[in-house]
Amino acid sequence: MKVRATQAILECLLEQDVDTVFGYPGGTILNLYDELYRYQDKIKHILTAHEQGAAHAADGYARSTGKVGVCFATSGPGATNLTTGIATAYMDSSPVVFITCNVSEELLGKDSFQEVDITGIAMPITKATYLVRDPQTIPDIMRQAFAVAATGRPGPVLIDFLKNVTALNQTIDYEFIHWSENRNTSSIRRLAVSHGLKAPEPDLGDVEKLVEMIGQAQRPLLICGGGVVRGRAHEEFRALAERLDAPVAITVMGGGGFPGGHPLTTGMIGMHGSQASNVACNECDLLIAVGCRFSDRVALQPDTFASQAKIVQIDIDRSEIDKNVLTDHHIIGSAKRVLALLNERVPQYSHPEWKERILSLKEERQEGTGDRLTPSQILTAIHKAAPSGAIVSTDVGQHQMWSIQHFHFDYPGQLLTSGGFGTMGFGLGAAIGAQVGNPDKVVIHATGDGCFRMNCHELATVQYYHLPIITVVFNNGTLGMVRQWQHLIYKEHYSQTTLDRGPDFVKLAQAYGLKGRRVTNRAEMEQALQEALSCGCGYVIDCQVDIDEMVRPMVPGGAHITDFLLK
Amino acid sequence: MKQTISVLVENQAGVLNRITGLFSRRAFNIESLAVGVTDDPAVSRITIIVDSGNSVVEQVEKQLNKLIEVIKVRTLEESTMIGRELILLKVNANHKTRQDIMTICEIMGAKVSDISPNSMTLELSDTPDRIETFESLVRPFSILEVVRTGVIALQKGGGKI
Repeated sequence: MKVRATQAILECLLEQDVDTVFGYPGGTILNLYDELYRYQDKIKHILTAHEQGAAHAADGYARSTGKVGVCFATSGPGATNLTTGIATAYMDSSPVVFITCNVSEELLGKDSFQEVDITGIAMPITKATYLVRDPQTIPDIMRQAFAVAATGRPGPVLIDFLKNVTALNQTIDYEFIHWSENRNTSSIRRLAVSHGLKAPEPDLGDVEKLVEMIGQAQRPLLICGGGVVRGRAHEEFRALAERLDAPVAITVMGGGGFPGGHPLTTGMIGMHGSQASNVACNECDLLIAVGCRFSDRVALQPDTFASQAKIVQIDIDRSEIDKNVLTDHHIIGSAKRVLALLNERVPQYSHPEWKERILSLKEERQEGTGDRLTPSQILTAIHKAAPSGAIVSTDVGQHQMWSIQHFHFDYPGQLLTSGGFGTMGFGLGAAIGAQVGNPDKVVIHATGDGCFRMNCHELATVQYYHLPIITVVFNNGTLGMVRQWQHLIYKEHYSQTTLDRGPDFVKLAQAYGLKGRRVTNRAEMEQALQEALSCGCGYVIDCQVDIDEMVRPMVPGGAHITDFLLK
Repeated sequence: MKQTISVLVENQAGVLNRITGLFSRRAFNIESLAVGVTDDPAVSRITIIVDSGNSVVEQVEKQLNKLIEVIKVRTLEESTMIGRELILLKVNANHKTRQDIMTICEIMGAKVSDISPNSMTLELSDTPDRIETFESLVRPFSILEVVRTGVIALQKGGGKI
């Protein structure tokens, strides 16, 4: 069947069951947006205020729904505005297909208006990039791009179409093949042979060896990493943890992979990890890390990391094995599959003494009394007021660590946070994507005054699409995390971190047609939350927090995991 | 320790960029790199020499394997491969020195590719070690210019990667 090239692009989205895209139009992508006009009853387009917001929204949509996110942008500045969003998705293995259009073939390479080599720029921050110069290749490339983004270790892919390829008089041969069947098309078959597009089947010998190691362990510890979340392996993970009767430490990216309120959990591990997690890591004799890449925020000092333990890594990506920490054993495969195989083989164990030793280190969080609103009070109020399944997106810094330490995340996709790239400004975009993808859930956006200022223009998007996102600003008038380092390590030289400036966030919310309130104590916080949850529109709560609040505990970068600078 | 990595890739624009980008990004240093199309015009073979420890090479190999355009990667063992490099070497030569240079060429199996009243361009394809030897023998005559292709390599025997 002959169809327009642009039609083929959108039909290929429908093949993948895509019904929502995020984006921002412009000169070179006009043809695709013209086609979108004809498809508006099949594909919903969310227009953001800035391409970066669109990129984060598509990412948040992907993380919270488990589907592939899609984001459109034009050439040049449109494309470069995506890059922070692409890198964020790449570092956290989030599947997003980014579609940009570039100038026409005859203008390519001539430094034309809004021309940039975006496939070159995006190369180190994507799983693959495609420059499409021949319209006949559209179906193949679109199908490949989705297969690459979604399979194995997921991640972003960028497709750059030349404008002439999308010309409305350009027709190609095309036949609709649903994604469940298009894996048999020739280009994907070839790719499947060279890159094993299906998750690798775990080696049974490797699994048996781990079963044996578990049998010998007296003090086992499990680490729940981002792979458990991306692979939606939370049920299998929980089953294994209960069989092992072992403490579970959770990385930032692993939030939601294991129930935060489960008696076996020791909370976060690493730089701002709990004492229980970090001591467990130091004292265990078997450490099983699932979908965790031992980043420098977890394995702060790789040489001494879990030095008493046999370290076992379970990962879908072979290149993660022994990259940061040398392991004693590994299993390659998807978390879901490997854990299922283990659960079939591992008997019920019991480690009462070890558990007692570690779990007794768990501390109740101090709420703080008095008049001043503390971060802990804010989070407790949210925890009490919001329904238990509420999605939480965060930006980066103190509020991020507080939120992750405090909340209990119970299912994958409940916590949306930029763990790897640490992108300030991620939270609001991600919250928009999450709310669009999960219209029935409450979405809370936790942010700091510094982070919020970076992308607060997306409140326009919140208002336009009637997204009832609750933004909670931990407003301490400073770049808190940087200030904390300056306080502890840089002799209180508060260089360029004090944010004693506007805007008034309540007025800002009102200017965007939303509601807002400033709160200074616990009672006001509770009232504001009730208002926010019942108003049905976007709401900004400006929480006045003391400038000297710190994230505790803290182990400085590069130090031994139990050398707490702050407890 | 020098190691030879042989990579089969799709023969298309940007692939080489992607591979060299991967090396620089992770601070893996490339000693030499040679690219050419294979018997299948859709496939190129890249031969990369790196001077690094085993763990670095293993990491390089794993990272290369992840690139979509990479079809196969193999680290070749020194003892079971044939590695060759081509050198073109332009040297000062006049009627007094020409014969001595010719003698070196004869011993080393090099060819004279070009000649002028005061220069000669020599050509040798051999192992990197013998190329070094050749270059040092000719150096006393004053070398004007040198170009080397970087090593290309195949496994010995009937096996292929």
